[in-house]
Amino acid sequence: MITIYQARKIVTMNPSRPLATHVAVRDGRILGAGSFDELTGWGKHKVDRTFADKVLMPGLVEGHSHVAEGVQWRFVYCGYFDRTDPDGKVWPGVKSIEEVVARLSAANARLYDSTQPLTGWSLDPIYFHNRRMTRQDLDRVSAARPIGIMHASGHIMNVNTRALELAGMLRKGINHPGIPLGDDGLPTGEMKGPDAMTPLGPHVGLDRGLLSTDELGLRAFARLCVRKGVTTAADLANLLPQPAVEMMLRVSGEQQFPARIVSLRVAREVSPAELVERVIELGKLSTDRLRLGMIKIVVDGSIQGFSARLKSPGYYNGAPNGLWYIAPEQLREIFERALAAGVRVHSHTNGDEATELVLDTLALALRKHSSPDHRFTLQHCQLANAAQFRRMRALGMCVNLFPNHHFYWGDQHYALTVGPERAERMNACATALANGVPMAIHSDAPVTPLGPLFTAWCAVNRKTASGRVLGIEERISVTDALRTITLGAAYTLGLDSEVGSIECGKAADFAVLEDDPTEIGGEKLGDVRIWGTVQGGRIFAAETI
Amino acid sequence: MRGSIPVTLIGGYLGAGKTTLVNHLLRNANGRRLAVLVNEFGELPVDADLIVAREGNLISISGGCICCSFGSDLLAALMQLKDRNEAIDHLLIETSGVALPESIVQSLSLLPDIALDGVIVLADAETIEARARDRYMGDTVLAQLAHADIILLNKVDLVSPERLGAVSRWLNETAPRARVIPARKADIPLEIIVGQHSLRPSDKKLTPLSGHRHTAEYETLSLEINAPRDPERQADGLTRADAGLLRAKGFVRRLDGAFATLHVVGQRALVEPAPDWIEGPGRLVCIGLADQINRSAILTAIEASLIVSAS
Repeated sequence: MITIYQARKIVTMNPSRPLATHVAVRDGRILGAGSFDELTGWGKHKVDRTFADKVLMPGLVEGHSHVAEGVQWRFVYCGYFDRTDPDGKVWPGVKSIEEVVARLSAANARLYDSTQPLTGWSLDPIYFHNRRMTRQDLDRVSAARPIGIMHASGHIMNVNTRALELAGMLRKGINHPGIPLGDDGLPTGEMKGPDAMTPLGPHVGLDRGLLSTDELGLRAFARLCVRKGVTTAADLANLLPQPAVEMMLRVSGEQQFPARIVSLRVAREVSPAELVERVIELGKLSTDRLRLGMIKIVVDGSIQGFSARLKSPGYYNGAPNGLWYIAPEQLREIFERALAAGVRVHSHTNGDEATELVLDTLALALRKHSSPDHRFTLQHCQLANAAQFRRMRALGMCVNLFPNHHFYWGDQHYALTVGPERAERMNACATALANGVPMAIHSDAPVTPLGPLFTAWCAVNRKTASGRVLGIEERISVTDALRTITLGAAYTLGLDSEVGSIECGKAADFAVLEDDPTEIGGEKLGDVRIWGTVQGGRIFAAETI
Repeated sequence: MRGSIPVTLIGGYLGAGKTTLVNHLLRNANGRRLAVLVNEFGELPVDADLIVAREGNLISISGGCICCSFGSDLLAALMQLKDRNEAIDHLLIETSGVALPESIVQSLSLLPDIALDGVIVLADAETIEARARDRYMGDTVLAQLAHADIILLNKVDLVSPERLGAVSRWLNETAPRARVIPARKADIPLEIIVGQHSLRPSDKKLTPLSGHRHTAEYETLSLEINAPRDPERQADGLTRADAGLLRAKGFVRRLDGAFATLHVVGQRALVEPAPDWIEGPGRLVCIGLADQINRSAILTAIEASLIVSAS
């Protein structure tokens, strides 16, 4: 059966036919976009006017997120900015430690079992005039129950006294840079970095959750996708053990599962040879809504955590250079084996030295295994300079930049981590495009909220939370931004022949919008109201998802 | 038995011989129950003939040793190991080739029942200087060397005596707090890595791990010490560079008759209460390279720790 959808406007992202009023769909695929009269030629059809007053775009593509976002919402949201949960409830941001305590106290009152941990997430005390949270603050919520709150960065956790007790950490004489001590010689309750957080995690309901998800979390993540107009989302670092793969295949195969998930196997715990072999096998299990068969490598750490590897002159505040998470020899072996097998590799680099290592290593690997159209992608790649973008182009690499970072932490990057000049060239979207590097932009959800239109707003405006425009020359146009969150991201995932534009033969994946992103103006791009999505020809309204 | 499990870090860049060393130790554990945690990409690099059983990421090895891999989270692996309640005499952590021993030492300090024994860093005699100049990895390699108690300068049979002399001098300048041991195929006595098992006085030569003769000559010095001593001061003296010690272990009798256990690895020392069953005179066993161990400096250190009673 053919359905012809009528819309107020269809922004197709197909350069040969950029605008349309109707789109014909059969069996989840697009027959064509154009005028009603043009589409009737396909044969017997029905007309659907559900979107008669809506604007359709290709379903948005999130090129770097983590399905674990769906799990986070089981915890109490303690972020500074308003954020929408998978059920559509907007949680107002908490603006002070008092408000954090009040919100946790309300959640505490709803818990029956007095020993059950209370868990919060997305705390960002940077915005609390640098007043740090302490265990005493959280003891006011409950002294009996262990409490833990993960910070927005994912690198710091705050806990109460009970949690420290349970972890055996309420003791004097601890000498660790990640564990500040109070005047009493005991930990203040702020635990910085994985070392400090790991012993606390199991006691406060935060086992190493960032990479993993479960059934409910995966469904919640997909519901959030609908609210944000996303029909394809990359899950960028998953260990993908067999039970998780089976669960993901089953859940994503459910009739009402509304998104396509692209899950990358993170390079960890196995040798390069086994990794590539395993990923080839995973690729064979791919379905339409669960795409497997790519590799993610973590090369360095994070800039705000001072663990990214920077080229000279290094960190602005003089912090020592960051950490390597893989040796060049191992990186090269993975690249060579993956190129030989035709497996795509996405590499996390934050610092420009890490980016340089990937460029050098891929250049060598390509000499051995020349591979046109390999589409190896640099993820985050926040500090790349113009010369590096030129090399990316020359080597056939893609880049997926992180403009959301500017909004949330740009002021800190300016003042502390990399200083004014490099803060302005961070996530240099305009330079990437000018040099012809295929580009995506991303949220890294749950690190920042899922929402490609907000990410596009960040790339177009480059405003920080304080209102500073950081890197006026690196702003990109609305047209470029919209292309980036559709075809651009699809290209990096090797899906641009299937999704990313509304044109004949592609999947019937649409973002259904109340406002026209091409008319609303760049400053309001993040405010575009989203009705829901169409994914594989199935309609999902945010209201009822 | 001591209250906490002693831990030795085995670090060094890729290809320096960490895995070879671990296999030597497992093969020649001599009744010690070693647990090895390995952080590297890939399968556990244990020689197949040593493996008794496999269970997930954990391998059981003949003689009561175990070996398991950890991904990115050492503390989680240690907590899991603790939950298994294995009887362990000594824990070895083989770090990844790019890990910084210092940051692992800091992590370990968070676990109350683990005591750092020493940091052994392996260096490939052929390549270490080039590694240290590498534009990407140079600072990582130098930081690994700088935090070593003992540097195992491996593969010395592959370089000329002149090169060996030059690289040894370079290491001494680059990592002044480390003792440097030359070795072939990472072959050094078990005691250097995990310490002396018991303190029976003996002047026996150390037995090599594998059949062939060690590249280096070792000497042990066993002493009985009658008068009460200050173990912290003794530790200070024994860790000084001029003592030339690789390792020492002793039971030191304090003025009140209580014993302290003293562990020395290079310039690192740990003093802790001794087990209840220790009695008799104080004693000390020292191991060093034959051409470095300095008997008179050691005796001076012991003499200086004599407690002169207040009366």
